[in-house]
Amino acid sequence: MKLLKTASFSLAAFAFAFLATFAPTISQAAPANKTIILATTTSTQDSGLLDELLPVFEKQTGYFVKTISVGSGQAMKMGEKGEADVLLVHSPDAEKKFVAEGYGVNRMLVMHNDFVILGPKTDPAKIKGEKSAKEALKKIAAANALFMSRGDNSGTHALEKKLWKSTGMNPEGQKWYQETGLGMGQTLSVAAEKNGYSIADRGTYLALKKNLGLDILVEGDGALLNIYHVIEVNPAKWPKVNAAGAKAFAIFVVSKKAQAIIKTYGVKKYGSPLFFPDAGKDPKSLGL
Amino acid sequence: MDLILEGLIKAFQLIIALDAEVLGITWLSLKVSGVATFISVLIGISTGMIVALTRFPGKKFVVSVVNTGMGLPPVVVGLFVTIFLWRNGPLGFLDILYTPTAMIFAQAVIATPIVMGISIAALQNLPAKMRLQILSLGATRLQMVWILLREARLPLMAAVMAGFGGVISEVGASIMVGGNIKGYSRVLTTATVMETGKGNFDVAFALSIILLFLVFLVNFLFTIIQQRERPR
Repeated sequence: MKLLKTASFSLAAFAFAFLATFAPTISQAAPANKTIILATTTSTQDSGLLDELLPVFEKQTGYFVKTISVGSGQAMKMGEKGEADVLLVHSPDAEKKFVAEGYGVNRMLVMHNDFVILGPKTDPAKIKGEKSAKEALKKIAAANALFMSRGDNSGTHALEKKLWKSTGMNPEGQKWYQETGLGMGQTLSVAAEKNGYSIADRGTYLALKKNLGLDILVEGDGALLNIYHVIEVNPAKWPKVNAAGAKAFAIFVVSKKAQAIIKTYGVKKYGSPLFFPDAGKDPKSLGL
Repeated sequence: MDLILEGLIKAFQLIIALDAEVLGITWLSLKVSGVATFISVLIGISTGMIVALTRFPGKKFVVSVVNTGMGLPPVVVGLFVTIFLWRNGPLGFLDILYTPTAMIFAQAVIATPIVMGISIAALQNLPAKMRLQILSLGATRLQMVWILLREARLPLMAAVMAGFGGVISEVGASIMVGGNIKGYSRVLTTATVMETGKGNFDVAFALSIILLFLVFLVNFLFTIIQQRERPR
């Protein structure tokens, strides 16, 4: 069977090409303990904050950070499976559960900003200037005004669900309540396009403002606080986790140096900071 | 309209200024999809040839499976490859999740059935008696395979182009197994998704134009090879 010979020749050629192309890449990634997988939310990535923080950390420590930006819910799922080393997330209730169940250790307060309720200029539900987020949502529901939800288990979605719960209503399944299943930026684009209301973190809104026809209608309610924590994935549960790297990253983000970067980030571009550093503060001061 | 104009201007600026990050992203796209296509061509054409030139029970079934694979959704491939490459997954020991290597792996999985399916069709399309003719003229089997490949060059090059086009343009698998890590595993498609999410539509648009231009260049090159006059 000469044909088989040809086939085996091709396979050998393939194996050679495979080794030639793969071997260098594999050896590059070989010092596994030098690589940290950071699972974080889209807001830290899309706001550009991580692009400022990570190079400083990498230079200082020699670690290489692989940022996987997903919703907070998915980030914690990755942590539960031991597929991430450290998390930077903003879904406090889910985080507490995550730590309580033993998946994470050393949860530390990093920073906060706030959520805002956005809507079209015409404001059909008349919520502009409303002080309470809860009342604003009630009005939106009463007016059957279109509301776009993330619907993706992200930190923003978790907060939104909590707010709806506080109103005693369940908007799911209502005609005026739609879930995009997309990231913050894309959800806002959809809301702008459809003249709907939505909830977003201020950072993402500021970054996207120029392309949106959406205004901030409700802000400043304590219930709209958006708080970020860093959590190390528990190495006792998952031995393959890079515990040393996770610890180094956690210590870095609460360090004076990183906190100073957080404090000033965005001032130049947007005129106001996007995040407020909170390391070492008493969580109670933020109402936690 | 403004956006389209802005996007074009931005694309032009990024190319003219030889923006280091954009160049890096473009180069990585080419490298990852190029290597993945190369692997898929080696596997796809060789196994495609075996399937096309031999007779065995269940051949129709195998060919239908391959043809189904031509429509393999990249996100499905991405999900499966991610699950396999997880640290605690069956191939976790390779430690290649969120690397360009993983992206090559996933893209090769996507492109191989495309190349293989078209190769099978191309080789089956050759006159059946041709093989006997070539052999009767005293050619070895290896020479016969070579002649058949040359004979089917046009559709085989189309297979290569389809495979490359399939992977350079896919985003679902690349973003899942590569992670869109800045300066490391970010390619044109994943960067476009990210910039869209950030609301930087002009940059996203510019990246799309660069991607289209890149695909055109590569296909132009392939087409030249394909349409070359046959040496007599």
